Amino acid sequence: MAHAPTHASVMEPSPDAEQGSGVYNEKLGMWIFLLSEIMFFTALIGSYIILRFSHPDAWTAPGKTLNIPVTAVNTFILICSSVTMVKAYASVADGNQRMLRLWLVLTVLIGATFVGIQAYEYTHLIEKGFVPSAGLYGTTFYTMTGFHGFHVTMGVLCMSFVTWKAFRGRYTAADHRGVEVIGLYWHFVDLVWIILFTIVYLI
Amino acid sequence: MEQVAHRRHPNYIGVWVGLAVLTAVELTVAFLPWPKRTIILLLVFLAVWKALMVALYFMHLRYETNRMRILAIAPLPLAVIMVMAVITEYVW
Repeated sequence: MAHAPTHASVMEPSPDAEQGSGVYNEKLGMWIFLLSEIMFFTALIGSYIILRFSHPDAWTAPGKTLNIPVTAVNTFILICSSVTMVKAYASVADGNQRMLRLWLVLTVLIGATFVGIQAYEYTHLIEKGFVPSAGLYGTTFYTMTGFHGFHVTMGVLCMSFVTWKAFRGRYTAADHRGVEVIGLYWHFVDLVWIILFTIVYLI
Repeated sequence: MEQVAHRRHPNYIGVWVGLAVLTAVELTVAFLPWPKRTIILLLVFLAVWKALMVALYFMHLRYETNRMRILAIAPLPLAVIMVMAVITEYVW
C-alpha cells in the first residue's frame, strides 16, 4: 500500500522547481507595494473621470482657478528630482560614495521644495476661497493632489533616512538595495504626478 | 573610494531633457485653439509617453527580466477594468 505523502513532503518544492523570483526580497516587496499603489491612484483617477464627465459645469477652464505656471515649474522640479535619484543609484553602483551622497542630498532638497511649493499653492488657493469643501472641483482637487503630496512627503522622509545611512557608508557597489528600493518609490511618485498634472491641471 | 569597474548606464540626462521638452509641449498643446477632444487625446498621449520614459529608464523596467516586467504591468488590465466599470456609472 502506498503511503500518503507527509505534510512536509507536500510543501517541499520539486527538485526542478525554480527557487525564488530572481529578485531580492526588498525590491520584490517594493514592486508589489507599487502595484497596490497603482490600484489606489486608479480608483482616485477613475472617480475623478466620472465626476468630471457627469458634472462638467463644476469645473472651470484650465488656468482659471489653478496656477498652471507655478505647477508646471513644480512638475519640472519633480522630474529633476527623479534624475538626481537615478544618478545617486548610478553613482553607488559605480562605487562613487561622494557622488552618491551629493545626489541623495539634492534629491531630498528638491523633493522638499516640491512639497513647499505645493503648500504655497494650497495657501493661495484657500485665500481665494477655493477650499476642499468648494464643490466637486475643490474636493477632487485636494483629494488627488493631497494624497500625492502625502506620498512625496513620505518619500522625502524615507529618503532622508537613506541619505543618513549613505553618510554612514552603509551602501556599497556590491550592496545598495536601500538606494534602489527608495528610488523605485520615488520614480513612481514622479510618474503618478505626470498623470495627475495632465488630468487635474491641463484638461 | 571603492575600485569598481564602471557599468554602462542609460543616458539619464537625455531622458531628463526628453521629459522637460515633452512637458513644454504639453503646456503648449493645452492652450491651443483646437477642439477639446483633440487636445485631451494629445495630452493623454504625451502623459503616457512621459510615464513610460520614467518607468522604462528611471525604474529600469527596460533592463529588467521578463518576469519583473510582467509583474509591473499585471495591474494595468485591472486598472482599465476599474476605470471602465466606473465610467459605466456615468453612461447608464
